[in-house]
Amino acid sequence: MHIGNFKETYDADEAVFRTPTVRWWMGALFVALAIFPFAADDYLLYMANLTGIAIVGALGLNILTGFAGQISLGHAAFVGVGAYTSAILTTRLGMPFLLCLPLSGLMAAALGVIVGAPSMRMKGLYLCIATLAAQMIFMFVFIHWESLTGGIRGINVPPPTIFGLKADTEFKYYFVTLPVVILAVAATRNIFRTRVGRAFIAIRDRDISAELMGINLFRYKLYAFAISSFMAGVAGCLWVNFIKIVTPEHFPLHESIRYLAMIIVGGLGSVLGTIFGAIFMTLVPEILKNILSIFQAMNPTAMSYLFPLQSVVFGAMIVGFLVLEPHGLAEIWRRMKDFFRLWPFEY
Amino acid sequence: MGILEVDTLSLSFGGLQVLSDVSLDVSEGRIFAIIGPNGAGKTSILNCIGGFYRPDAGRIAFDGRDLSRVSTDRRAALGLARTFQNIALFHGMTVLDNIKLGAHAHLKTGLLASVLYWGAAHHEEMQLRREVEEEIIDFLEIEDIRNLPVRALPYGLQKRVELGRALAMRPRVLLMDEPVAGMNAEETEDMARFILDIKEERDVTIILIEHDMNVIMDISDHVAVINFGRKIAEGTPEAVADHPEVIRAYLGEKKG
Ligand SMILES: Nc1ncnc2c1ncn2[C@@H]1O[C@H](COP(=O)(O)OP(=O)(O)OP(=O)(O)O)[C@@H](O)[C@H]1O
Ligand SMILES: [Mg+2]
Repeated sequence: MHIGNFKETYDADEAVFRTPTVRWWMGALFVALAIFPFAADDYLLYMANLTGIAIVGALGLNILTGFAGQISLGHAAFVGVGAYTSAILTTRLGMPFLLCLPLSGLMAAALGVIVGAPSMRMKGLYLCIATLAAQMIFMFVFIHWESLTGGIRGINVPPPTIFGLKADTEFKYYFVTLPVVILAVAATRNIFRTRVGRAFIAIRDRDISAELMGINLFRYKLYAFAISSFMAGVAGCLWVNFIKIVTPEHFPLHESIRYLAMIIVGGLGSVLGTIFGAIFMTLVPEILKNILSIFQAMNPTAMSYLFPLQSVVFGAMIVGFLVLEPHGLAEIWRRMKDFFRLWPFEY
Repeated sequence: MGILEVDTLSLSFGGLQVLSDVSLDVSEGRIFAIIGPNGAGKTSILNCIGGFYRPDAGRIAFDGRDLSRVSTDRRAALGLARTFQNIALFHGMTVLDNIKLGAHAHLKTGLLASVLYWGAAHHEEMQLRREVEEEIIDFLEIEDIRNLPVRALPYGLQKRVELGRALAMRPRVLLMDEPVAGMNAEETEDMARFILDIKEERDVTIILIEHDMNVIMDISDHVAVINFGRKIAEGTPEAVADHPEVIRAYLGEKKG
């Protein structure tokens, strides 16, 4: 460790992709991600876009809840804020997508800081209730501020144009979603290479000693809320430009809970886990639906009890996972890696 | 005038008087020991100095500056570091990250810079890594465990990592609450050596709470004895050990 140029040694040791094998696998992953849209049909591309958007939103929540330890039941509302901000900026001001994207994030971040302010005095369940209140208030505003949000009918948006190209198909939109996902993952990884990320984890683990270590708790909790809702806002903007309509019913409480489920199933405080969790929570219900539709084709009257069965199976799967591995898919992945030493993704 | 002055400090919880008119004058560059029986109020003194408890009365001055209006996190930035009686490491982090965290107040990377991790932010982290490796990890001989999560470590090593984290705070005054409690003879000896080295090589003033009288006699320059929240004696280790009240209140209790 101490031979040679210290700068280079430490730089290499702190690099995200440390070994050649890891870099090889990452290269392979990027190639696969680049080839995928050319091989996949519209349905798969549709699911890929939804998954990517969920990853961005869930990363935000994991920073706040998994890393910084501040639980939130209002995450979907911030996704909603981003979606509405983008829809309004696009339809009223004709603002281009590439400007809407950061502005949606900033709008959500500003509101996130306001919602996060009580976190100085509240923890755990109390904070949970405060963020639940925020969820309710935002929903109320989405529904009742009709002149701005279009009420329950919502707002329709045209497909976005980027560098003169219209992203109006699942295929084209994939190339909008993917870079944003990559940026969001990189940004999250970067945060946890610096003092900001360490401060988040310290606050989660022991807030009292974190303060004695010189961390200004209030400031860093607000940072966590800001980053988290920024990512939610960006996810919202991506989402509305993909679905092309936004209504209040897209961001109910159970959508916030779905985000929580993503990070819990994936692994709290894990970037890779967030990705797994978002994939799981987006794809598994679809897979279940497809399996059930096969049964339904064999016996059409079965739908009446098969349809609820889908939620039951999905719920049981989540509980099963958590019983078997409370630390989520990321931990299962880590153990698999330890098992197959030749599979060294280093996260 | 000492680097840290505690003047007629009083503290109570509900009806319980925990500290009564405790005054300490800690000279720069010394090891100042605080001893006393269980529940005497030793940890409470450190908690007042660190800003975790607000005293009812009295004044604490650090380098001539009144601390009463200085927030807890700012006190760390001024150069007050602390290790805890019940180890208070961050369990979700590795040894390296725990130690790096100690430097928090001396780093500058802001929110935006951390997201980009470019230029100054990257440079700062590399600089920190180097400093932590060369001045702390080498010194404490914990190279082998630097990338392990702290929760996996045995007790003695956790104490060492906690000392490392406190050193990363670049302290001028280091508050140590029972650093050798629960350690075996060898670990105790290592820890005593580290404490002496820190005093001598880094010009750090140390306030040390300890029950192990051998360590106290070996390394401290000055000892204050606390009993039932009051200072009952003070002086060199030898003088204190012979003090009749101390023998009665503290040592006597142990021997008897
Ligand atoms: N936060 C608190 N609330 C109520 N009582 C407290 C609090 N902190 C300390 N005390 C009480 O103050 C007294 C002194 O406690 P302190 O921890 O300072 O003792 P100590 O000298 O460090 O003892 P030990 O050697 O066992 O660590 C004890 O009676 C303790 O119960
Ligand atoms: Mg104590």
